[in-house]
Amino acid sequence: MTLFGVLGITTPWLLLSLLALPILWVILRAVPPAPVRRKFPGVVLLLGLKDDEQVTDRTPWWLLLLRMLAVAAVIFGLSGPILNPEPKTEAAGDAPLLVIMDASWASATDWRARMVTLDGLLTQAGREGRTVALLRLTNPEPVQFNSADVLRSRLTGVQPEPWQPGKADMQRAMAALPEGEFDSFWMSDGLARDTRAPLLQVLESRGTLKVFENARTLFALGPATLEDGHLAMTLHRLRAGPEATVTLAGHGKDPAGNPALLFESEVTFEDQALIAETKLSLPAELRARISRFEIQGTRSAGAVTLPDDSLRRREIALIAGRGGSEGLQLLDPLHYLNKALAPTTDILNGSLEDVLPANPDVIVLADVATLSPSEEFAVLEWLAQGGLLLRFAGPRLAASDISRTDEDPLMPVRLRAGGRTVGGAMSWGEPKTLAPFASDSPFAGLNVLDEITVHSQVIAQPDPALADRVIAQLSDGTPLVTRKSVGQGQVVLVHVTANAEWSNLPISGLFVQMLERLSISSSVGVSEDQNLEGTTWQPLSVLDAFGKLRGADTLPGVDGLVLAQAVLSADLRPGLYQGEDRTLARNVIAADPQLQPMVWPSEVSVLGLNRPRETPLGGWFLAAAICLLLADIIASLALSGRLLGARAAMAILLLAGLPIDGNAQTTDEQLAIAATSEVVFAHVLTGDDKLDQLAGAAMRGLSDTLFYRTSVEPALPMAVNLEEDELAFFPFLYWPISANQAIPSDAAYAKLNTYLRSGGMILFDTRDADIAGFGATTANGRKLQALAAQLDIPPLEPIPQDHVLTRTFYLLQDFPGRYVGRDVWVEAAPPDAKLVEGMPFRNLNDNVTPVVIGGNDWASAWAVDETGLPIVPLGRGFTGERQREIANRFGVNLVMHVLTGNYKSDQVHIPALLDRLGQ
Amino acid sequence: MSQNIAQQSGSGLRSRAQMEASHFPALLARAETLAGTVLLGEHGRRRAGAGDDFWQYRPLQPGDNYRHIDWRRSAKGDDQFISEREWQVAQSVQLWVDPGASMRFSSSRDLPTKADRARLIALAIAVLLIRGGERVGLTGWDLPPRRGEAQMLRLAEMFGRDDDSDYAEPEARGMLPHAKALFVSDFLSDIAPIEAALAKAADRNVRGTLVQVLDPAEEAFPFQGRTIFESVGKSVAYETLKAGDLRDRYLSRLAERKDRLETLCRQTGWQFYCHHTNQSAQSALLWLYRALDGGHP
Repeated sequence: MTLFGVLGITTPWLLLSLLALPILWVILRAVPPAPVRRKFPGVVLLLGLKDDEQVTDRTPWWLLLLRMLAVAAVIFGLSGPILNPEPKTEAAGDAPLLVIMDASWASATDWRARMVTLDGLLTQAGREGRTVALLRLTNPEPVQFNSADVLRSRLTGVQPEPWQPGKADMQRAMAALPEGEFDSFWMSDGLARDTRAPLLQVLESRGTLKVFENARTLFALGPATLEDGHLAMTLHRLRAGPEATVTLAGHGKDPAGNPALLFESEVTFEDQALIAETKLSLPAELRARISRFEIQGTRSAGAVTLPDDSLRRREIALIAGRGGSEGLQLLDPLHYLNKALAPTTDILNGSLEDVLPANPDVIVLADVATLSPSEEFAVLEWLAQGGLLLRFAGPRLAASDISRTDEDPLMPVRLRAGGRTVGGAMSWGEPKTLAPFASDSPFAGLNVLDEITVHSQVIAQPDPALADRVIAQLSDGTPLVTRKSVGQGQVVLVHVTANAEWSNLPISGLFVQMLERLSISSSVGVSEDQNLEGTTWQPLSVLDAFGKLRGADTLPGVDGLVLAQAVLSADLRPGLYQGEDRTLARNVIAADPQLQPMVWPSEVSVLGLNRPRETPLGGWFLAAAICLLLADIIASLALSGRLLGARAAMAILLLAGLPIDGNAQTTDEQLAIAATSEVVFAHVLTGDDKLDQLAGAAMRGLSDTLFYRTSVEPALPMAVNLEEDELAFFPFLYWPISANQAIPSDAAYAKLNTYLRSGGMILFDTRDADIAGFGATTANGRKLQALAAQLDIPPLEPIPQDHVLTRTFYLLQDFPGRYVGRDVWVEAAPPDAKLVEGMPFRNLNDNVTPVVIGGNDWASAWAVDETGLPIVPLGRGFTGERQREIANRFGVNLVMHVLTGNYKSDQVHIPALLDRLGQ
Repeated sequence: MSQNIAQQSGSGLRSRAQMEASHFPALLARAETLAGTVLLGEHGRRRAGAGDDFWQYRPLQPGDNYRHIDWRRSAKGDDQFISEREWQVAQSVQLWVDPGASMRFSSSRDLPTKADRARLIALAIAVLLIRGGERVGLTGWDLPPRRGEAQMLRLAEMFGRDDDSDYAEPEARGMLPHAKALFVSDFLSDIAPIEAALAKAADRNVRGTLVQVLDPAEEAFPFQGRTIFESVGKSVAYETLKAGDLRDRYLSRLAERKDRLETLCRQTGWQFYCHHTNQSAQSALLWLYRALDGGHP
């Protein structure tokens, strides 16, 4: 390699080919550019002309320069230029080279820097021709010397582990050391460990040793604990230094279930302090959702701590069967539960319907006998998802018939009627004491005190399954606590009351411990070792060295004691572990970590990680050459006049990129303004052009009639597309039915239903006079049924004689269109409508009927052309004209009904009103 | 389908031609020849001849037929008069617009093709003539001269037809003797058929005008560098290594061609006009208006 300042060139002789550039210049210059093809009708005049000189246009000098530069860049790129080549000193030597890496979580923060440094060293070693081997202390494997390039190609696979090398690891590493002389590089993570010393001695005896270590400090995060409702967090740093501020963050899921940053907080290390503490006051709900705490900007498992159940305050709903508000407080069935649970849990009060949506962890039913079916269903659903239902017996439960003959789904056992009383004033026998807990009971290990007595209880019916369900019993073998599982949850019944009425259990310390064992109250002291002994914990997710959570499906379960006490290693990875009824977290940083910076013996040379990086420039030069050649292509195209196509393509691309500024909104607005500035009637587009035109003409005719005869002066009618147009602007829609119109989409139906509910009216017209008759339906009738199936239409009846439609403007008894006399259906009158004495008609619906359905083909009767003449002939002679007149009157009445509602019905009250006003 | 498109483009052409023509008063084409082959029309030629309208009385001359004596006039005096009618003719004008591919060329996106301009001018003059009561048609047998608005439609439709050949030869068949003719083309093709057509026209005593429509690029030859020139139909190609050097020689050949056409016109009593597509069509129409009116612009 030749060095030019900071630039090294691996194959300098290749640069000689730069000498060929001037020759290339001459050659390229002589080559004429490609001919341009042009259309030119005058070509006939050119035929026969000869070129004077054969030398053509020269390639422009700048294009030549561009090409020269491209060629030069290729040559230079191939000659292997390197910026900042590694000086030779560090990797000099000829003995094999052993690279030892601590590869612990503490190296993860600057793992990249380590890898870069190592890569540089290996490159150098490769140039020197030394063989190299790698030994990771966290996961030692037999050492095998290979060429440096082989190792370099494997470097990306070398990852740190989320633990520190322990004693066993170091022993294995010593055993793995090769025979003979070798030099060693030790990539240290900077943490002091006693176990380093023996290895250090061996390495020094075999050859030279260089230690690479990052001088920067290292931040670590201790486990989160709960203190008086506050989250207490302890942050550590490896080296004392000036005041420093780090950001502590909590990640978890937002209420929608998406990963989110839940809080951020700045923590400041005092000057020269190694520890910073902070207390966070977070809402319990938010706290329960946090799934990891981390120091932001530090990629290391040491900067992450996972909370487990000990941080969670469980939500417990307490529900009593009898309202204790008027009783004495000590007799309140929930009093002792409240006292026992309040310090460690969040208590919800309220009715069952109120607390179930909050999804509490536990629901306590104290002396509640029966639940309503809907409540029972909801509780069962909640149980299936992992709820814990804790029931206490009591006089009500004993008196009720619940779970008497058949086992109630919300009771673990069947009960005998009445319960029993022992040791009372009126009974023989002593009050019963508790039997010691069986070893398979969740209460196993708790001390049973003799002073706890039970003198009343409910008795379980003997059942084949009873023995499995008893988890605590009295000295005479009767069950005291039974449980069964339902789905993922369980139902627990305590056979005595929750207050001291039947037993003094609730006022003993044992009661609190039993509640803890049932995971009803989970306090801070859960990880007591005797609780963990013999249990198996399945890892849920484990941390890698960079602090990322990974699934742990393939890892075996861990014994409880090991989980609590053993040092982290390949067999016990940091992460979350699932026990029988709760989760435990093992974090990298324990409550009291011993973080000390490593002090190396003075004879060992310690080097930093930061050094200028060797940069091969060859690739960049080749890339530049390609860019230049691309520019050359464009320039050549431009020169030969062919860039036009490219320009067109660019224009197309630009056009495609432009947002298409639809004018949908403006048309929507125009429609809204046009439809609302005057009264506008509309007809529904059916897709049948002829029918749509007829309907449009009919609306025009109806509008004209109204304009001439009444004070309703409508503007020109509109056609409405149900899928696209807004309906709310129109007081009245005419919907002619044709047998082959499309069923509207769901969105259109939603719009239609909103329209009908908010006071709009649709006139459905099957236009076939319903001539099928005799129970059969016409094609249009069936279509109407299909169309209306999804509409929110009230019960209907044929227009009664006293319906307001018969008198809103004209007095009508028939409603003919092109056909006469078929029934027209409107919203049915309420069943309690009665004819009052002295009133001509009943007081019917208060609202406008949302639909009018008929088949008289009103469109044909109303339709007029532009000049106002009817389009469709009706009947014969004067009779037909009379029919058209009545049809028009029906239209007027209909619109009046739409616009004025039951105003005409109220007119009957006028005499009474006038009478009352004294007129 | 293609006919529909042709009709549409034809009607567009017609409306634009009508717009151009609306700038002019009705044109009365003046007939130079008096041959009897000329069809009678309602337009007086301001001289005595066959016709319906009264022109003047003149004294009876020897050789006049007695049947022509106007007795009512003659009874007022001693002399006998003959009432002469005004001679009415309708002029037949026959058009030929080059349908060849060479006309479908424009050097710039902003310019119309030569064919477009040529058809516009031809149809505009046809509109003027038809308004003036003349008969307008095409040379050849496809569309003989007729009168009336419908003829405009037919003309526009005929103008919508393109020819695939690169350079079309002038159609000199079917020319009515003593009619007028208008040839619109770029006249870049072989000169021999043009000469033959004009000779044939002169033989039949047809007078007319040649309008040469050229693209500005054909006039300026603004090309440089190695170029392959192709005709629009790609039947003729010519490659040069240095187009810039050809310019002077090309221009001299073009000038020679124009000179040749002018000479030819002078010899046959025709008129020649060169129009460029970057000029206004109205200037060409104005010139044609005067040329067909009989005067020399």
